[in-house]
Amino acid sequence: MAVTLWVALALYILHQGFVPIGLFYHAAYTLAVSAVLAWLVRAYWPAHLEDPADA
Amino acid sequence: MIPAIVIFVYLGIVLFIGIANRGGHGDPDAERYFLAGRALGPAVFLLSLVGTNMTAFSILGASGHAFSNGIVTFGLMASSSALIIPFGLFLIGTRLWSLGRRRGFMTPVQMFRDRWECRHIGTAIFAVQAVLLVPYIIIAVMGGGTTLQTVSNGLVPFWFGGAIVSLVIMGYVFFGGMRGTAWVNAFQTVLFLLFGAIAVSVIANGMGGFRGAVEDLLASPATSPLLSRERVAPLYFFSYSFIPLSSIAFPHIAIFCLTARRLGHFRKTVVLYPICMLLIWLPSVFLGVVANRATDVPAIEAKLEARSTLATAGPSLEPAEAAALGAQASGDDVILRLVEGYAPLWLAALLGAAVMAAVMAADSQILALSTMFTEDIFAFYGGKARFGDRVQVQTGRIFIVLITIAAYAIALRTPQSIFNIATQYAFAGYSALFPLLVGALFWRNSTKWGALAVTLWTAVTVLAVAIIQQTIPAPPPGQTVAVLTIGGTAVVERIASGTTVFGLLPVVPMTIGSALLMGVVSRLTPGARANGRTLDTYFPKTA
Repeated sequence: MAVTLWVALALYILHQGFVPIGLFYHAAYTLAVSAVLAWLVRAYWPAHLEDPADA
Repeated sequence: MIPAIVIFVYLGIVLFIGIANRGGHGDPDAERYFLAGRALGPAVFLLSLVGTNMTAFSILGASGHAFSNGIVTFGLMASSSALIIPFGLFLIGTRLWSLGRRRGFMTPVQMFRDRWECRHIGTAIFAVQAVLLVPYIIIAVMGGGTTLQTVSNGLVPFWFGGAIVSLVIMGYVFFGGMRGTAWVNAFQTVLFLLFGAIAVSVIANGMGGFRGAVEDLLASPATSPLLSRERVAPLYFFSYSFIPLSSIAFPHIAIFCLTARRLGHFRKTVVLYPICMLLIWLPSVFLGVVANRATDVPAIEAKLEARSTLATAGPSLEPAEAAALGAQASGDDVILRLVEGYAPLWLAALLGAAVMAAVMAADSQILALSTMFTEDIFAFYGGKARFGDRVQVQTGRIFIVLITIAAYAIALRTPQSIFNIATQYAFAGYSALFPLLVGALFWRNSTKWGALAVTLWTAVTVLAVAIIQQTIPAPPPGQTVAVLTIGGTAVVERIASGTTVFGLLPVVPMTIGSALLMGVVSRLTPGARANGRTLDTYFPKTA
């Protein structure tokens, strides 16, 4: 969980043609958040919370 | 009138979806009725969770804010939520699901009572949560009445529109319970996603493409700040990022986390949530900005003229005149006006349905309030043991009818502006309750007295902000009124859009104050820590 929190903090600090570049930044940032979350749920999934009946 | 007919058809479809997907026959038990039997599949879980988090603000308010402030709206509201909400689901939602599955919880208060081995402190948390949730339900009834009145050009009166919307929500929540409500929310999310893409392409066609509009905005010193973050100060930008903490603390979101069939359903939800936010918010924000060049739409031209008059003659205007111009310049209906000006009738009708879908997000809140009442009050104080599961569900259904009728009655008698403000307090209040979840799930040494301190602090600070905003009139934009000054430094100030504390939105000191109180009071009351068996349940030793 510590890794997840550090990644969340890093993303939070980062957050703080006819497309305005600021909008382009934020759209790209949102997609990057999704990609980072995809990595986190794969690498740091809280398997201990799974219901044994679902194994 | 055609858009109004389309909305009535849409309401009929929603009612059918909600009742047809109630799941099973015969009288449901409490878990099946209030939590869909903890058996929602991954697609409905994702789409319904996104839809539950959307309000009318996501479509109308976002474009209105962008119309006045520019592209910074997306960073301020959408990308911050796209970061914080999925992380909340990943870190807290999964733990709530696991505890709910193992311990049988159906509400956050049940979990708090078990975690901190308390009784009436749980009731205090229930009371604060319930009071903060009610304005949402009332504003949904008002939004439904207003939308039907607007799209029918006044043919459907406010009282009748509000009554129809109330009956439809009450109908599918009453019969469909959580499963029916989740299916309706999933359907509505699909509608949101479709509307954004269609609206952008149709309006682009109507305006002859966006490049010319954006280049015009860039060329004018008056409008070029709309293409940057210039209209929002960094402290305000920082403050606003505390608002999404409220999402997982809202009871209807926390309760919804318990409905997934498997923990694995959170995987796709966490990953796809930011993309759903992008698809819904990006069109709203972008259309709000380019509306500043849609001067061939008379209603938008009138807004721009009102804004210009306010900017040039603002200080010399009478307060009433300035307020009237401010209301006229408001962009909350700008996307409706764009569609009216550039889109065919069928798209206007689709927009009406999408707006209706957004304002009807109160279905989850009504069901959550009913779940909380029947579990945290009725069952906790002996009702379930005495009368059984069936009576508990019937009590929940009666509560749904009563809360909807009460919301409708209040909506008819009270100005909407009061509840618009109240929903602002609700966001800040739930952000301030966020440390309850963190303390319960991540800190062994947290105590029930720390939880009570957080709850009372939230109630007192929400009340204080409400009193300040009700008793001190808002100054004109750009000016401030000092409310509390210490040693020559203005601590609390009244500004045009609300209240600030050291230049920050109240949500920041409220949330930080809550976290500090949880820490300090828990440290001062070590004797009230939960016993070892309880702590082992919440903090199992993992290999």
